[in-house]
Amino acid sequence: MPEALSQLPSRKTIRHFLSWFAGISMVLVPLLRLLPETTFLHPSDYTVTWLGKIICYMVLALSLDLVWGLAGILSLGHGLFFALGGYAFGMYLMRSIGRDGVYQSDLPDFMVFLDWKELPWYWTGTQHFAWAAILAIALPSAVAFVFGFFAFRSRIKGVYFSIITQALTFAAMLLFFRNETGFGGNNGFTDFKRILGYDITAPTTRTILFMLSAILLSAALWGSSLLARTRFGRILTAVRDAEARLRFCGYEPLGFKLAIWTLSAGLAGLAGALYVPQVGIINPSEMSAANSIEVAIWVAVGGRGSLVGPLAGAGIVNVGKSWLTATVPDLWLYALGFLFILVTLFLPHGVVGLVGRLSSSRSTPGGKA
Amino acid sequence: MRFLSSACSLLLALMFACPAQALVPEDLKAFAEGGPFERSELISTWASSQDTALTAFLDALEEGSLGAFPSGLLARTPDGEEFREWHTDTLIHEDPMTWEGIMVSNVLRAGVERARASQGLASSDPAVRREAVEALRSAASDPAMLEVVERARDRETDATTKALLQDLTRRLALSATDPERRIAAARALQQSGDASTNFKLLQGLLSTDESDDARETDPKVRAVFQSISTSLEARAAFFEFLGHIFAGISLGSILVLTALGLAITYGLLGVINMAHGELVMIGAYTTFLVQGIFRSWLPELEWMYVIAALPAAFAVSGLVGIALERLILRHLYGRPLESLLATWGASLILIQCVRSLFGPQNVEVSSPSWLSGAIELQTNLVLPWNRLAIIAFSAIVLICTGLVLSRSRFGLFVRATTQNRAMARCTGVRTDLVDMLAFGFGSGLAGLAGVALSQVGNVGPDLGQARIIDSFLVVVVGGVGQLAGALWAGLGLGMFSKILEPLSGAVMAKIALLVVIILFIQKRPQGLFALKGRQAE
Amino acid sequence: MSAILVLDDITVSFDGFKALDRLYLAVDEGELRCIIGPNGAGKTTMMDVVTGKTRPDKGKALFRQEVNLAMLSEAEIAREGIGRKFQKPTVFEQLSVMENLELALSGPRGILRALRFRPSPREKERMEEVLATVGLLESGERSAGELSHGQKQWLEIGMLLAQEPGILLLDEPVAGMTDAETAKTAELFRSLAGKHTLVVVEHDMDFVAALGGKVTVMAEGRVLSEGSLAEVQADERVIESYLGR
Repeated sequence: MPEALSQLPSRKTIRHFLSWFAGISMVLVPLLRLLPETTFLHPSDYTVTWLGKIICYMVLALSLDLVWGLAGILSLGHGLFFALGGYAFGMYLMRSIGRDGVYQSDLPDFMVFLDWKELPWYWTGTQHFAWAAILAIALPSAVAFVFGFFAFRSRIKGVYFSIITQALTFAAMLLFFRNETGFGGNNGFTDFKRILGYDITAPTTRTILFMLSAILLSAALWGSSLLARTRFGRILTAVRDAEARLRFCGYEPLGFKLAIWTLSAGLAGLAGALYVPQVGIINPSEMSAANSIEVAIWVAVGGRGSLVGPLAGAGIVNVGKSWLTATVPDLWLYALGFLFILVTLFLPHGVVGLVGRLSSSRSTPGGKA
Repeated sequence: MRFLSSACSLLLALMFACPAQALVPEDLKAFAEGGPFERSELISTWASSQDTALTAFLDALEEGSLGAFPSGLLARTPDGEEFREWHTDTLIHEDPMTWEGIMVSNVLRAGVERARASQGLASSDPAVRREAVEALRSAASDPAMLEVVERARDRETDATTKALLQDLTRRLALSATDPERRIAAARALQQSGDASTNFKLLQGLLSTDESDDARETDPKVRAVFQSISTSLEARAAFFEFLGHIFAGISLGSILVLTALGLAITYGLLGVINMAHGELVMIGAYTTFLVQGIFRSWLPELEWMYVIAALPAAFAVSGLVGIALERLILRHLYGRPLESLLATWGASLILIQCVRSLFGPQNVEVSSPSWLSGAIELQTNLVLPWNRLAIIAFSAIVLICTGLVLSRSRFGLFVRATTQNRAMARCTGVRTDLVDMLAFGFGSGLAGLAGVALSQVGNVGPDLGQARIIDSFLVVVVGGVGQLAGALWAGLGLGMFSKILEPLSGAVMAKIALLVVIILFIQKRPQGLFALKGRQAE
Repeated sequence: MSAILVLDDITVSFDGFKALDRLYLAVDEGELRCIIGPNGAGKTTMMDVVTGKTRPDKGKALFRQEVNLAMLSEAEIAREGIGRKFQKPTVFEQLSVMENLELALSGPRGILRALRFRPSPREKERMEEVLATVGLLESGERSAGELSHGQKQWLEIGMLLAQEPGILLLDEPVAGMTDAETAKTAELFRSLAGKHTLVVVEHDMDFVAALGGKVTVMAEGRVLSEGSLAEVQADERVIESYLGR
């Protein structure tokens, strides 16, 4: 039995989706935000931040779909890349606090607390927004490249690869938990004050961060759908279906896998970099194994390989999570657990597949499903 | 000879049995007039007496209620208003303003301690003697005590106390006035006792700090000490290394135990069971329940609840495993990645179930007395019984599993199905039944691992999650479905982390381990014990 | 005519078992060579060595007299011009038949090229031609997973042709085909011979007879006999090895 996969949606579907998405997130929401706060329709700061957070998760889901959906590589370590991007950008946010911290020092509070006298070398240049932004992409990409090179070169694949990515994330989490690592240990980074000189909690800043997330998502989706349609995309599909055959066709799968893997990690890092200023905190628990595996279920719920599906999946699961953890927190793990089982058992093509099936059975009245 | 020595000790005992003349006025006068050194010395000479007056005297001295006056040694009453002459207890009128108590300086305190200890050593109550030895052992070594301790050693009847005294004698002898004696004592240290303690002892004497009184000054003795100290250091390091090896084997045996079931199910179905850790956790909770049952109904048999927990845990985890296989994995064959996700979902449900039933906190599982305690070979080589038991248990489970797989009909079917599912089916093997039973068997092994883990660690809902990644690594390194692979990989990983941990810390060891595994896989992508040739496809 | 492929003194062992034992084999340019032999004779292992899937413990594998295949990766060997068809048909099931061919088309294999690749009119023509050759002209847009077993075999052969290799290694190409399909395949192979070099591993003696080329018999990792089908069939050692001692 082949792995369950959804079809890549047509260009038209992607265009439709994008125009709706851009219309709502880049026009409607900002306009509603201009309404007076007392109006019922005005989205609160909380709502905008929450939506922005979910959009970042959607980008993360998309990045996982690039490797899992297109190339069949299931990563259980995308939380690591997301968190690395978040930490890289978080360094800039920490530096921007300046002397407004509790200890009124040039150093971040946690370093003062540890009695450090100067910034570690890897913090060099992080006071610049641009460098931090570059790091947010480059750092996860570099980690992914090195790890991917060794893993793909020795032809680790399938569940083996998944397990090793999980171990990698776990090791990184332990590393970041240590105070000596220089990233705030348990507590991570928090209490950000400003970004590019603007107050990070101001309503306008929030709206702009939200819109930036939406732009990132749109661009990433558009780019991914273009990529999937090139020969490169077809080679990835070939890697997924019959890697050995591809090799005997004269292609070196290593380079292609490494390319999409690194790209995906960079995208996840970028999502993390936008996530951190919105939620206002990053700590090592973002790297927990459970978080990374949850991303896989967003993708599966939506329908892997369909690019649009994972976005829907990330949205559905996270809205459900927010609602359940607020009302009956004990039920959340049950719900998530059953979701994992039910989706893999009964919804192999995810929501996208379900919608596709429903609409095709409607268009052929009385016809076969 | 023996007769002679026992006669001697009898004589000594007789001598000490009659209280020596102590605290005579002359002595007290000397005490009152003397400086701290003389006072300390005096107390020491009195110390061998059994006189209860001495105890009272020392108490008073330490309380600070003794004062030296031209009129003699005075004791102040608790209210501080009156003064009495110590040895006559007659009231003396002195002006309270002129009161000047005897300062208990360090030198004097040492004398007091020594006196108390000697008194204790001479006691007829073995417990008091033991206490006195312990006090002396923890105090700074005092060469003046050597003879006292030696005498006490010779007449001691209790074996443990005698051994302690013997040890103490050696230590004290290190500071004896006779250099030959000191060298002999150091040589004796090399022969027996705890290497690391002895090493520290000698290091203390070899201090380069000139102001240190205890420091050995004789260059010849120093040289001997130095060489002995070096060899002791090596010995201590060796024992410490053995300790790490033991810790490694102990961790390794736990890894083997948790990875064994995983290796079987992975080899058979190609499915990584992410809920394996939770099956271990269920085994541990079953142990907790069995313990509760024994406590409530069979309290006199509680010592053997662990034994009873083994089949119970095997059964409970095995049944949960079978349910997992029937309800979920059966429908996902050939889709390993999705099986992985589905079993992860199952693991979340199991964790939450346990939380709902038993609460999120750890539950208390106490080892029966025959599993607690330890064999202490050296201070840095302690072998706890529960660890030893787990090593033995892992070995037994491994051997039994090996026998089941290689000798039984069920094992034959499992091996056949693992190697060639289609062919096995053709020859009439009911592969679906084999899958189910093998999965149940592997899960049952997880349950057994849970029983073992409950004896060495906390039992809580997250027990499985904390261990599972390590078990996966064992399977990855060991290779698919190979018992030997699981054994060597488990022991290897256990050793590696325990030997590295003291050097680099636990976290760095873990990261180094991962790096090594990734590099290892570069060389042997199929794990240690890979199937080669056509089957490796 | 010179030898395009020479295997010299090749030994491969798996855990002590010698799958190939000092094998010597030479195939001439443009030849249609059949390799037969009982199970476990080392036929597939021989192909694995040639295509870089298995590294020989000892010996040399020379392609066009200069390229040492033992030094190259599978992909490099494929790019040198050695195409292989597996025993079990392996095509990219999620892609369409046309896309399968497109991936196989000869040309640069780099990542950047893959990003901006568009088939040229000449390449499109070439793909049509191959489709026609393997009889899949009507199925170009179908997903490869939907094809029948025989059609998949042909698609895989088509992919080999699109790759324009110097030598084609075909492992049991007619397994699972109907008689009519087998006959058609034999015809196709005969037409390819001369322009391409073909090495066919096959059990089906009728098919081997239909191909009519030189036959090599392998047993226990060595070449037992070589010659026309009639010659090897008359060889005592061959009969013995097939019937057992």
